[in-house]
Amino acid sequence: MTRGPQSVSLRGVEKRFGDTVAVAAVDLEVRPGELMVLVGPSGCGKSTLLRLVAGLEEASAGEVWIGGRCVDDVPPGDRDAAMVFQSYALYPHMTVAQNLGFGLRVRGAGRAEIETLVGEVATVLGLSGLLSRRPGQLSGGQRQRVALGRAMVRDPGVFLFDEPLSNLDAGLRLRTRDEIAALHRRLGTTMIFVTHDQVEALSLGERVAVMDRGRVLQVGTPDEIYRRPVDLFVAGFVGSPAINRLTLARNSAGRLTGGPFRLAGIWPFDRATLAVRPEDLALDAPHADFDAAVVRVEVLGSEQRVHLDGPGDAAWVARVPPTLRVAAGDGIGVSVAWERAHLFGPDGWREGSALRPS
Amino acid sequence: MRSAARTALLALACAAMAGPFLWMAATSLMGQLEVFSPGRILPASPLWSNYPEALTSQPFARYFLNSLVFAVAVVAGQVATATAAGYAFARLRFPGRDRIFMVFLATMMVPVVVVLIPRFLMIDAVGWIDSYQGLISTELVSVWGIFLMRQYFRTLPRDLEDAARVDGAGHWRIFWSVALPLAKPAVATLGLFAFVDAWKNLLWPLLVTRSMEMRVVEVGIAAFHSTYEINWPYQMAAGVVAVLPIALLFLFTQRYFVRGIQLEGIR
Repeated sequence: MTRGPQSVSLRGVEKRFGDTVAVAAVDLEVRPGELMVLVGPSGCGKSTLLRLVAGLEEASAGEVWIGGRCVDDVPPGDRDAAMVFQSYALYPHMTVAQNLGFGLRVRGAGRAEIETLVGEVATVLGLSGLLSRRPGQLSGGQRQRVALGRAMVRDPGVFLFDEPLSNLDAGLRLRTRDEIAALHRRLGTTMIFVTHDQVEALSLGERVAVMDRGRVLQVGTPDEIYRRPVDLFVAGFVGSPAINRLTLARNSAGRLTGGPFRLAGIWPFDRATLAVRPEDLALDAPHADFDAAVVRVEVLGSEQRVHLDGPGDAAWVARVPPTLRVAAGDGIGVSVAWERAHLFGPDGWREGSALRPS
Repeated sequence: MRSAARTALLALACAAMAGPFLWMAATSLMGQLEVFSPGRILPASPLWSNYPEALTSQPFARYFLNSLVFAVAVVAGQVATATAAGYAFARLRFPGRDRIFMVFLATMMVPVVVVLIPRFLMIDAVGWIDSYQGLISTELVSVWGIFLMRQYFRTLPRDLEDAARVDGAGHWRIFWSVALPLAKPAVATLGLFAFVDAWKNLLWPLLVTRSMEMRVVEVGIAAFHSTYEINWPYQMAAGVVAVLPIALLFLFTQRYFVRGIQLEGIR
């Protein structure tokens, strides 16, 4: 079965359930061997998109291509894709070995071949001692590995992960995340990973596709997604604490203003949103863009999060080094790294960056 | 106080349930005339000979064999049809699925007696009166069983089937290797109910069999009740023997009965 990693291509894919549009005209290219993360809030259609690739759902419109062939009429088992489910979906009545070997057995592999392949995967995942157990006798982490192994044993061209970490506790989650990244490096297989956790998405993905309401808003490297969000939703969804926003309106002179700010340049709309990452605010700069009162300081060891009352009636958060001495109740001058600030138009699309106050 | 009242209530219910059985057992050990002595509940001296006499007065060994063949065949048939149909109604997508299922359900409202004559005429038309195939063939599908299995299959996580589909399994493979093994408790419940229903079925075997060779136990017991004579002790003795297999079965499989009743309650 070793045909190597496969590309996945979604071309105008749409999925409707009755009147509800779960996935709206999505175009997405996943390169062979790439780890692509689909991220978005729950109900954004990311899992549906994954199921469309797996063949568990039929697209209402558009085409799904895997490895250079259109798989719209190919049943899930023949798509050269394996899937890891959020619930793990291990067969409760089968042993770990039977779970791992089921896909091979369905495909008519011989007993000896199944035993060899299952043995290899079990060794890689540290499941060798558990082969005769049933899923009910395993811990959450072990079940997760079995689910992973069941996908690996078939040596598929594409791995599909549907929120596989969300049932694990925090520590195990981090460890498994690293393991999946390591697995990807070693196998070099194409992986599509669905999660609602933006931290997981940025840390795991080679490229990240951010989805909202059935649409893919932006596809890019984690850095592009974080540094150059094309959409206000993307800007707000990615990053913690969330990006700071302030609504600006056009004044009689044609300038966008809001709170203490007045932007240079003429913009072709009446309203816009200024967005600034918490780390792009400085509290100890020689000149201040605005003055604000410190409401609360979160000391997190490696950094401090300073909650500010301002600018205007907005409540912003600044992320500053732990060495800075600041306390609740202080009045403080805040400067904005304008070269990294973003401006989003009334429709949410990014209109500009590297802004200048005037 | 409340628990005492509850105990009393339960004791009363138990007595109401067990009473007829105990009465049957007591009567089976009485003389023919003793049965009618006013106020007589227990036999004066137990007539154990009623048992061998009752069971040899007719070919009961043959009857038991017939009942067993009938019940086992019905169980096999109903399990096969109900699991397959239940799975189809629960999981396959085909046009009119839910409407067809409603039509199936609607047939449960038709009293058994109403279809007795048509069934008889059909069996007669194919010349199967007084044969095993006549006895068994119309009992092989149970709408209640289909309903039971459908409800059960619907409770199985869909992810399991999706996983099997991604693993390359088709509908049949998923049914056989994933859904059916997981439905064992429901299959056991269905099998038990089908067995008991077939075992205690009187009307249909009475109608469709004629010879002594084809009679089942229930019909044999009823035969003690002839036009001119009723031998109560013999009838009750045969009744006790006929109930024993079911009572034993119940002892070991109580939880499946309870589950069956619970599932029936979901309807």
